Amino acid sequence: MVKRILLALVCLLGASVAEAEPRFITLASTTSTANSGLFDYLLPLFTETTGIAVRVVAVGTGAALKLGERGDVDVVLVHARGAEERFVAAGFGLGRRDIMVNDFIIVGPAADPAGIKGMASAPAALARIAERRAPFVSRGDDSGTHKAELRLWDAPQSGDWYREAGAGMGATLNTARAMDAYTLADRGTWLSFANRGSLVALVEGDPRLVNPYGVILVNPARQPHVKAADGGALINWLTGPQGQAAIGAFTINGEGLFTPSAE
Amino acid sequence: MSAGSMLPLTLEAVCFEAGGERHIHHISHRFSHGPRTVILGPNGAGKSLLLRLCHGLITPSAGAVRWAALTPRRQAMLFQTPVMLRRTAAANIAYALAINGVPRAARPARVDEALARVGLEALARRPARALSVGEQQRLALTRAWAIDPEVLFLDEPTASLDPAATRAIEQAIDQVHGSGAKIIMTTHDLGSARRLADEVLFLHHGRLLESGPAGEFFAAPKSREAAAFLEGELLW
Amino acid sequence: MNELGAAFATAFGLIAALDGDLVAIVGLSLRVSLTAVVLAAAVGLPLGAVVALIRFPGRGAVAALLDALMGLPPVVIGLLVYLALSRAGPLGVFGLLFTPSAMIIAQCLLITPIIAALTRQVIADLWAEYAEQLRSLGATRLRAVPTLLWDGRHSLVTVILAGFGRALAEVGAVMIVGGNIDHATRVMTTAIALETSKGNLVLALALGLVLLALSLTISGAARMVRP
Repeated sequence: MVKRILLALVCLLGASVAEAEPRFITLASTTSTANSGLFDYLLPLFTETTGIAVRVVAVGTGAALKLGERGDVDVVLVHARGAEERFVAAGFGLGRRDIMVNDFIIVGPAADPAGIKGMASAPAALARIAERRAPFVSRGDDSGTHKAELRLWDAPQSGDWYREAGAGMGATLNTARAMDAYTLADRGTWLSFANRGSLVALVEGDPRLVNPYGVILVNPARQPHVKAADGGALINWLTGPQGQAAIGAFTINGEGLFTPSAE
Repeated sequence: MSAGSMLPLTLEAVCFEAGGERHIHHISHRFSHGPRTVILGPNGAGKSLLLRLCHGLITPSAGAVRWAALTPRRQAMLFQTPVMLRRTAAANIAYALAINGVPRAARPARVDEALARVGLEALARRPARALSVGEQQRLALTRAWAIDPEVLFLDEPTASLDPAATRAIEQAIDQVHGSGAKIIMTTHDLGSARRLADEVLFLHHGRLLESGPAGEFFAAPKSREAAAFLEGELLW
Repeated sequence: MNELGAAFATAFGLIAALDGDLVAIVGLSLRVSLTAVVLAAAVGLPLGAVVALIRFPGRGAVAALLDALMGLPPVVIGLLVYLALSRAGPLGVFGLLFTPSAMIIAQCLLITPIIAALTRQVIADLWAEYAEQLRSLGATRLRAVPTLLWDGRHSLVTVILAGFGRALAEVGAVMIVGGNIDHATRVMTTAIALETSKGNLVLALALGLVLLALSLTISGAARMVRP
């Protein structure tokens, strides 16, 4: 009896060690992009065409760029233009390509204590929230969304009403719902977020809320093991006619989410 | 005695201290092959300590415990409460044999022989801890016997047992002695002592007050304390 | 708590349909944590027994260290293993990051101290009971190591289960070193964390119930196989 169990365990160990190696690349992207469902829809199309599987590690923007810097992934896809350009300038990435844009919206309690519903200017809406000291939850995690939010305030915020969640978009929305607070959300996560409670979209459409995405190949000169050819194939596909069309066709509950932007 | 026999065992002014107190005071004695030695005395006299000093479980603070030959180490001890491993009765005996270098192939036969000697064959496959205290003590004795010891120490072996079990153990002790082993036993039970002792050591407060042939001791003890003890009085 | 009712229904539905994704995730969870606990036990059981029985300089410090390491936060271990296995790290050349192997390594590091520290206590207690008898029979402390490991097997099964439970339930380490990659390194706990972050609370809770059922089944099975 004991011998049979031991044999089974040895086989288990053996199976763990000898993992089959299909052709794949690793992509670091953000939780908000992954949670929107875009990759589940888009990447199988790429794999069908090229036979290359894509493994997506979804973390915050800062962490995604860090993974690229350390060479733990082959391609990085984030939405933080400034950080992306610094990444390439420092030699960690080889060329940045525009791929798509989506937008942010300000969501908050239906009761709207700060009275921002329908305002055209996002900075003005946030200023009013600060003035009224209405509860606001920030991503607080150095993500693309967080960086976008910081750009919209006129000054760094602090105080009891300004809560830094230090978490992903979904968790931040959960917190905002629980606290009846305002927050800045990317449209993708918002559209698929199931736990809205009394949260509604209040401010959208301001051009300052546009959120551009860039895709970067991790520099093979710095990281020789990077799968540069296959990674390049992904980037070319995403920015090429097939990928761009697919991005444009992606919807959540019938609503379009991303606008293709590759030149 | 054959060359390389461990006996005689000589104690030279052995003392033992623990917790700042001296528990054994300058005990000297020579244990020779042959007579069954019973160490007698009231509770707290230091009998168990003395036995453990002889067996090597503790070391004296002063004085020496000298065996005639140190190897092969063929001694065994029976404790007041039998200590069985969580395995079958047979496996317990096999373990003792394994520790003492008996080759694997030879063990089953020796185990069966050991169990048969004390009439425990039927219990071979039973978990040892499921046996009654009396059966466990018999098992412990035959486990000790199985390694063919020259000296068998027994520390109050029947203190936890009912009369029937006591009798069975005493018979087994006789058998072990009959097979050529030296018996050194402690007890505070006079009946047991009278039945088994050829030689008596009387201990009180860690001192050896008397030693000599059993007949002489029981008929005419030389010390006041021994006399009182034999009368069944409580000794301070 | 009407989510709980919905979660039960969802859980039953997933199990009954043998949902493909669920089966894959459960399978990977078991594979990672079982492998980790086997390796951790192979190291931790003898280690704990040796620290309990063999006298060596610094033994007290080692025992205290093992006890302290039981409380090591999984996310810290995940971070340390990530830094070691990252391409930029010392072991990067093996390319183990974002694979189940990395997750096994992290969980093994997490539970080995638990198994070792608890084993040490079990064996120390047994030695207190057996020391005189075993020494009387002629066993050295070293020889007593396998003897007491076998003798304490009932308690040690519980120790191993404790380690396994800890591994199966942790999310911090496997999230960092595994990356929660769909169809590659997603396990039950990281799936639950993901669904929670997406606001899919009922599904997250349902997965939690499946995980709980799994733990109960395994503990129950372990109790029945008592040698």
